[in-house]
Amino acid sequence: MAGAPAATAPARPVGIDSDRSAGSVQRRQRLRRALTGWAFSAPFTILFLVFMAVPVVVSLVMSFTDLRSTDLRNPFAVNFVGLDNYTRLFSDDLFLRSSVNTLVFVVIGVPLTIVIALAAATALNSGLLRFRALFRVGFYLPVVTSIVAVAVVWRFLLDPEVGLVNNLLRVVGIDGPSWLFDTKLALPSLIAMAAWRNFGFLMVIFLAGLQAIPGDLYEAATLDGATRWQQFRNVTLPLLRPTLLFGGVVTGIGYLQFFEEPFVMTQGGPLSSTLSVSYHIYNQFGFGNYGYAAAASYVLFVAIVALSVIQFRFLGERS
Amino acid sequence: MTTLEARGVRQRDRVAKAVLYAILAIGLLVVVGPFIWMALSSLKPEGEIRSVPPTWLPQTWTLDNFRDLFSRLDFPLFFFNSALVAVAVTVGNLLFCSLVGYALAKLRYPGKKVLFLAVLGMLMVPGMVTFVPQFVLVSNMGLTNSYAGLILPFLVGPFGVFLMRQFLQSIPDDLIEAARVDGAGEFRIFFRVVLPLCRPALATLGILTFLASWNNFLWPLVVASTEDKYTLPVALALYSIGQNKTDFGLLLAGAVVVVVPVLVVFLILQRHFMRGIATTGLK
Repeated sequence: MAGAPAATAPARPVGIDSDRSAGSVQRRQRLRRALTGWAFSAPFTILFLVFMAVPVVVSLVMSFTDLRSTDLRNPFAVNFVGLDNYTRLFSDDLFLRSSVNTLVFVVIGVPLTIVIALAAATALNSGLLRFRALFRVGFYLPVVTSIVAVAVVWRFLLDPEVGLVNNLLRVVGIDGPSWLFDTKLALPSLIAMAAWRNFGFLMVIFLAGLQAIPGDLYEAATLDGATRWQQFRNVTLPLLRPTLLFGGVVTGIGYLQFFEEPFVMTQGGPLSSTLSVSYHIYNQFGFGNYGYAAAASYVLFVAIVALSVIQFRFLGERS
Repeated sequence: MTTLEARGVRQRDRVAKAVLYAILAIGLLVVVGPFIWMALSSLKPEGEIRSVPPTWLPQTWTLDNFRDLFSRLDFPLFFFNSALVAVAVTVGNLLFCSLVGYALAKLRYPGKKVLFLAVLGMLMVPGMVTFVPQFVLVSNMGLTNSYAGLILPFLVGPFGVFLMRQFLQSIPDDLIEAARVDGAGEFRIFFRVVLPLCRPALATLGILTFLASWNNFLWPLVVASTEDKYTLPVALALYSIGQNKTDFGLLLAGAVVVVVPVLVVFLILQRHFMRGIATTGLK
């Protein structure tokens, strides 16, 4: 403590001018660095603030107000209503219904997608060399296509009277159900379609994960007499766990927000059996209930953050 | 191991392989089949699409559905709108995200940490949260039902910044330092030295951004209020909901127009896709 000023004191009379100029050069350099850094960052930052960061905050503020579309030209008519929107949400039957539907979509859809993706990735990684690229590209195809287009096609495939699925069932003598018009089957149909569309994405990620597992581990396991299944259980699965978790969370975050599928295929019906949280928010927005819609979107946000936190917990435990 | 045993093992392997191929082939049919059915059915007359038992190949080939699409609906315009928005959004992301990505990876300046944390945080925010304020903002700016309104909110994104920063960090500092010693300015270094090295990352980001924009649905659905600003997915979805099921052929032809350009691009660039997904997914 006392040593520092004592050490600099003798130097001061000698180098006072050069010290000051060194300081100002340093300051000028720092200023220049700051200017360069922000010159590169400014275009992004401005757009980011205006269209993303500020809206995130505004949305939170909105969720505590009774803002309606009609109030936009007259901001003074807006009142803070505290947690009213949130308490109203949890007594709103449609919101509760949509939450249950969304949870079912996630809880069934995510494991289903992961299992299919893992099976496909394992199959493609098991020494099949022929047609491997063909399978990989084929399975990935639905991922890159518009959900709207896919939903339009599937609506026809699942049409009870003239759809391809029931037509094929009729050929083998089965009277197919009415899929999207059945309150019990509509949501499972959408889940199946989501798994069909998204597993290719996870498959590619899992394949990369599988290829990163060193081959000697399998050789050693074979020498120890482990069967294929034992190798999968005791070598592949544990080493792939971080990748699987990552895939699960990414898929879960996507599925928590599902919207286009019911919008195009069922309009949330029949009897709200496929109404999702995002769809409910969209409807409330359409009714002009902006404050209420914002509150519902924050509930969705919290669910997504919770899912991500769970992931980091799991991953942290591993490494 | 005797030769007999070895032969047995080999035979079992061959059977297992055959079973595996069969399962994969069925899977491929289930995944790709709907697209083939869509494409083939769009070339059938209306009556044949609903025939029982279903036909696979069209018995009568016809382009009527596509002709209808372009005469009764304004599909060339929707196509143009989709392409314009997607190109603008892609160019914006490539430029702005690589600029800020370079700053975050290689420059030292105050506020950098906060900026990066904000970007990371934004990755977790669902679109629905910003959706309502964005709409209020865009309508207050008088930009609803305009190209600017469709493009501006997507001109930058946290994912692009994250991707570019991660990639740029792998570029050696010596290279940039050498250019600095030669007296090149920062922007010159960026455009002449750094950006050419970023080609793989730019390709990945460009493909993913273009695709996301081409397939984007919710925002154009609410911002485009008259038909002349519809993008392809919006036009297809609204037409699909508005119609009863009499217009199968027309809708399938519409789906073909939405899907095929993307499929062509995907098939040409699929190597970039796979690499991009695998690396961004695992980092």
